[in-house]
Amino acid sequence: MKILVCITHVPDTTSRIAFTDDNTKFDTTGIQFIIGPYDDYALARAVELKEQSGGSITVLNVGEAETEPTIRKALAIGADEAIRVNAAPTDSFFVAQQIAHVAKEGDYDLILMGRESIDFNGGMVHGMVGELLGLPSFSPVMTLDIDGDTAKMSREIEGGKEKLEVKLPFVAGCQEPIAEWKIPNMRGIMSARTKPLNVVDPVDDSTQTKLENYELPPAKGEVKMIDAENVSELVDLLKNDAKVI
Amino acid sequence: MATLVFVESADGKIKKTSIEAVAYAAAMGGDVTAIALGAVDQAELENLGNFGAGKVLHADDDKLNAGVIQAYATVIAKAMEQTGADTLVLANSSLGAPVSARVSIKVGASLVSNVTDLPDTSAGFKVRRSIYTGKAFANVELTSDKKILAIKKNAAEVKETGGSAAVEKFNPELGDGDFAATITATDKAEGEILLPEAELVVSGGRGMKGPENWNMIEDLAKELGAATGCSKPVSDMGWRPHHEHVGQTGVKVSPQLYVAVGISGAIQHLAGVNSSKYIVVINKDPEAPFFKAADYGIVGDAFEVVPKLTEAIKAAK
Ligand SMILES: Cc1cc2nc3c(=O)[nH]c(=O)nc-3n(C[C@H](O)[C@H](O)[C@H](O)COP(=O)(O)OP(=O)(O)OC[C@H]3O[C@@H](n4cnc5c(N)ncnc54)[C@H](O)[C@@H]3O)c2cc1C
Ligand SMILES: Nc1ncnc2c1ncn2[C@@H]1O[C@H](COP(=O)(O)O)[C@@H](O)[C@H]1O
Repeated sequence: MKILVCITHVPDTTSRIAFTDDNTKFDTTGIQFIIGPYDDYALARAVELKEQSGGSITVLNVGEAETEPTIRKALAIGADEAIRVNAAPTDSFFVAQQIAHVAKEGDYDLILMGRESIDFNGGMVHGMVGELLGLPSFSPVMTLDIDGDTAKMSREIEGGKEKLEVKLPFVAGCQEPIAEWKIPNMRGIMSARTKPLNVVDPVDDSTQTKLENYELPPAKGEVKMIDAENVSELVDLLKNDAKVI
Repeated sequence: MATLVFVESADGKIKKTSIEAVAYAAAMGGDVTAIALGAVDQAELENLGNFGAGKVLHADDDKLNAGVIQAYATVIAKAMEQTGADTLVLANSSLGAPVSARVSIKVGASLVSNVTDLPDTSAGFKVRRSIYTGKAFANVELTSDKKILAIKKNAAEVKETGGSAAVEKFNPELGDGDFAATITATDKAEGEILLPEAELVVSGGRGMKGPENWNMIEDLAKELGAATGCSKPVSDMGWRPHHEHVGQTGVKVSPQLYVAVGISGAIQHLAGVNSSKYIVVINKDPEAPFFKAADYGIVGDAFEVVPKLTEAIKAAK
């Protein structure tokens, strides 16, 4: 089975978010970049599927040269080769077009992504790629099992989940508990250095959105502390000040 | 401007988040048509007129009773074409989001998700959207002629305008490809208040010590009429179902009130609650980081404070 896993290169989940250049650029000062946590779930499940039934894993990132350490980490976790489409990921549509192009050329049996990128939280690229390729797409996928050419999945819905069946190939946006995050071991890290990382040019530069600027939410006011012996004061505040109960 | 609104239903009733989507479209101005798929009560459809829909299309083909993503995308794209809609509005839900991505490709629309406010059309068509899991916002211009907005909860105020919408059947032809996937089972909590839609939420963390203590959380939630949530370790350990886990990798809630009990307030948890209007934190550790994000805080043992709070709410009624 040939699996394509699409990964983002995003600020660590503990990052303090700030902007520069008149609020038009993300401030990378002191920021640690990681594989998107949802993409990490997709990759972990791909590694498990490969362990079960063989095949190969290609990781794909649309990004500029600075994403390569993140891509190498995915190789260390267990991908066999990597492709980097050399372009800044300007919007979901642009990224989806790049991924669809690579996917078409590579004729993959399964395309795994994260449910969303944790920078822009679009949650859109998998559906766009599915439609561009004429393949089914699902998100957020919580479990995925494959038997021959058929996949069984569960997808989270509000207040529960639904079970699905579909034939390969298809696109899935993954989330926990699909697999446990994998930590690269020493052998993985060593072999990642020599695994192929192919850099290709983007195919098309059309976009459908344009970023104007960023904003930070207003600062939170001071917390009002209430004595544990006097919970009725809290009830009073919620009722008469906040007016939420 | 002509706007189509995809409205979702559960057990024949239109979802609250979809009513917000209709209200959002109405507030934008222009003609508003809603489209519902699968079995929905007729009175519910007509009542969309009360929130600003001029007309409702109903794709009542039995095959659409389950939310098959591809088939839904096909029907909605065809409805945009038929009504001449230049804009599609829908709730950013587990069905709306993946469907809207496919529709955007079918009709060549600009798509923005997690939209938090009405558009600014003074120069171009711009919207504000939430990014970095609620830690920031981006102002984005939609540059295509057609537009799709997947809105977050509270993006528009629901106003009852009075009136009733005319309902028309709309059943375009669907191919086998639209049903490539089969939904074999749906497993959903019945009668509970759904977390993503809840106005009040009571969440418990590892400080609750074990699932056997959750009756305290549930009693408080019941007294408030709140949904229950939890932190990630709590669902990881199987104390609570996965769909209750709030945060960066879980549900993002935007209630009027979020009560956090025995949750430390890790940044990944805060990412799921930072659009709450008011936050109450109950924690025995005065240094718990959650207090910095709270409006009201109580330092104390949850096992003593929570039952007292439940009683106090009962007494105040
Ligand atoms: C990539 C990534 C994504 C993540 N995503 C999420 C997410 O989506 N959601 C999420 O919640 N976490 C997430 N986490 C985990 C997060 O970092 C924290 O580990 C987690 O939120 C801690 O859960 P907790 O507050 O319940 O437990 P703890 O941190 O153990 O806190 C327990 C709290 O209970 C208090 N307490 C103990 N006993 C009592 C008592 N008797 N009365 C009152 N208070 C008491 C303690 O003082 C403490 O503050 C993520 C982590 C990573 C790395
Ligand atoms: N620049 C990118 N390169 C590779 N994959 C991406 C990129 N952006 C998004 N994706 C994939 O698409 C998923 C959903 O992203 P989004 O729609 O941006 O939230 C992510 O979890 C990734 O798997």
